[in-house]
Amino acid sequence: MKSEAIKKADAQKKNEEQEVVGLWEMVWANFKKNKLAVFGLIAISILILLVILAPIITPYERDAVDLLNAEQPPSMSHWLGTDELGRDYFTRILYGGRISLKVGLFSVGVSLVLGILFGGVSGFYGGWIDNILMRIAEIIYSFPFLPLAITLSAILGTKVSTENKMYMVMVIIGVLRFPGLARMIRGQILTLREQEFMQAATALGLSDSRKIFRHLIPNTFAYIIVNATLGVAGAIMSESALSFLGLGVVPPIPTWGNMVTYATRSYVLKNMPWLWIPPGFCIFIAVMSINLMGDGLRDAVDPKSNR
Amino acid sequence: MGQALLEVKNLKKYFPVTGGFFKKTVGYIKATDDVSFKIKEGETLGLVGESGCGKSTTGRAILRLHEPTSGEIYYKGKDVINASKNEMKELRREMQIVFQDPYSSLNPRMTVGQIISEPIVQHGFMKKGKELEDRVCQLLEKCGLARYHINRYPHQFSGGQRQRIGIARALTLNPSFIVADEPVSALDVSIQSQVLNLMMDLQEELGLSYLFISHDLSVVRHISNRVGVMYLGSLVELSSKKELFQDPKHPYTRALLSAIPVANPKTKKKQIILKGDIPSNVNPPSGCKFHTRCPYAEDICKEQVPEFRKLGDEHFVACHLAK
Repeated sequence: MKSEAIKKADAQKKNEEQEVVGLWEMVWANFKKNKLAVFGLIAISILILLVILAPIITPYERDAVDLLNAEQPPSMSHWLGTDELGRDYFTRILYGGRISLKVGLFSVGVSLVLGILFGGVSGFYGGWIDNILMRIAEIIYSFPFLPLAITLSAILGTKVSTENKMYMVMVIIGVLRFPGLARMIRGQILTLREQEFMQAATALGLSDSRKIFRHLIPNTFAYIIVNATLGVAGAIMSESALSFLGLGVVPPIPTWGNMVTYATRSYVLKNMPWLWIPPGFCIFIAVMSINLMGDGLRDAVDPKSNR
Repeated sequence: MGQALLEVKNLKKYFPVTGGFFKKTVGYIKATDDVSFKIKEGETLGLVGESGCGKSTTGRAILRLHEPTSGEIYYKGKDVINASKNEMKELRREMQIVFQDPYSSLNPRMTVGQIISEPIVQHGFMKKGKELEDRVCQLLEKCGLARYHINRYPHQFSGGQRQRIGIARALTLNPSFIVADEPVSALDVSIQSQVLNLMMDLQEELGLSYLFISHDLSVVRHISNRVGVMYLGSLVELSSKKELFQDPKHPYTRALLSAIPVANPKTKKKQIILKGDIPSNVNPPSGCKFHTRCPYAEDICKEQVPEFRKLGDEHFVACHLAK
């Protein structure tokens, strides 16, 4: 009898302990339940690891030309064959992945900074500041993405050296994608700023910037992270599209996008599939796994979608 | 009880009502309409009234959480309403607020330590370090919490504990005046008394003055020295606690007091039941706002706004008929 009572008390204690898990523990617990999302996380982690360890994995250099071994099909020495200049294609895929993933991450970084600034400030102050900032965001929002991105990179592209094209693409994608994020953050802040803890912050005489960035923005982190994750996938796609069209990062710097360009030559398309299938496959894997992960995160963060 | 610490004169707070496509102002909600009172040092002024009668708005307007429409507020002789941004920051150290809802009044993303240390650092009282941590722990312990709570998040506490955190936060800047905006109405009765006693202990220890807002008359009776009764944005009666509860002059106060439940089921009590609902505070009734529901109303009540008259020692009533 007595031991049963103790057991019961213990079980209750355990329950209480479980109740006090923080938000991120809860998100992680929900996330783990979603098998596809975990698969996405593992796949993208492997990809990132491969790309980071590129110098260790392959013995070749990225731009090492070897004309005697040009256009070789896959073999033991060149796992994915070589291109028309005899460069090892596997090596270029790995280094291209570096650029593609980097552009994806950093352009989301750019839109995060802009989105947090615009969304935070306009949500907090409201009134005419809100009106001006949101109209600016909406103007950008209302243009179709690809035509605008193509025009911008065509105009700016002539002034930027090949080496720096990567940064140009980051900024273009980041700036064109921030309005969605800004609107979401603003919406969250509009509801949060009416909470009593914000009145307490006012009563304590805290500065406006502290109220926005220390009290309001951290409360939107869950949504920001979901949005940013899905944004990385979108940004990788956009970079690939721009580079495929020759308006993004251009050779000799490889990215998955400009490597797929080989498929536009019908001779390569028919006879040398190792030049366009692998980069296409990499884009597919990266975007799909990030999207799966992002969907899982969104379900995990949203308490209403408890399945 | 000494000097007047806080003086409120003819305070008004109107919220615009907008309508139509162009958001034209079609009227005003007169949340607080011409309220005047004084609070002395070390005193608790209770403010009671029905929901929506403007108690909270009054409390928040004093701290300029709602910018007052007109009126004057003086804290230790300093003009609060016309204070500049920097002067206001100084004044905020002196005047603090404890909120009603223990759930929305604490930032869920900050630990208790961060919540309490933030204002101390921001006002430049202390730098981050051991000294600050000691001060935070001291505040927590003063409010009945433990040292180890410092790294916990608000959701890990019960309602009563959260309210204690709210009180500790209000004390961080060593204020001498605190607006307590229904601090116990969201709590269990047993927890209510604990928090009330904590507030009274703190008052004694730190010499605080409270503006204690509540709709619960027994709570107000427990903690206040003087009590003000509000109806539809205006004070109708203001007097010492003893006089108000023993000899209410205003018919509305009498009706309110008759509604307090008595613990003994056998006592027969005459309840004054008011007819009708509270009128809208967008178009309040003419003359005495209470005349539509007052059992004694006469013609004069419909026409003339009653003066806030002094009846006896420190007893003010806004009624034409009260003697």
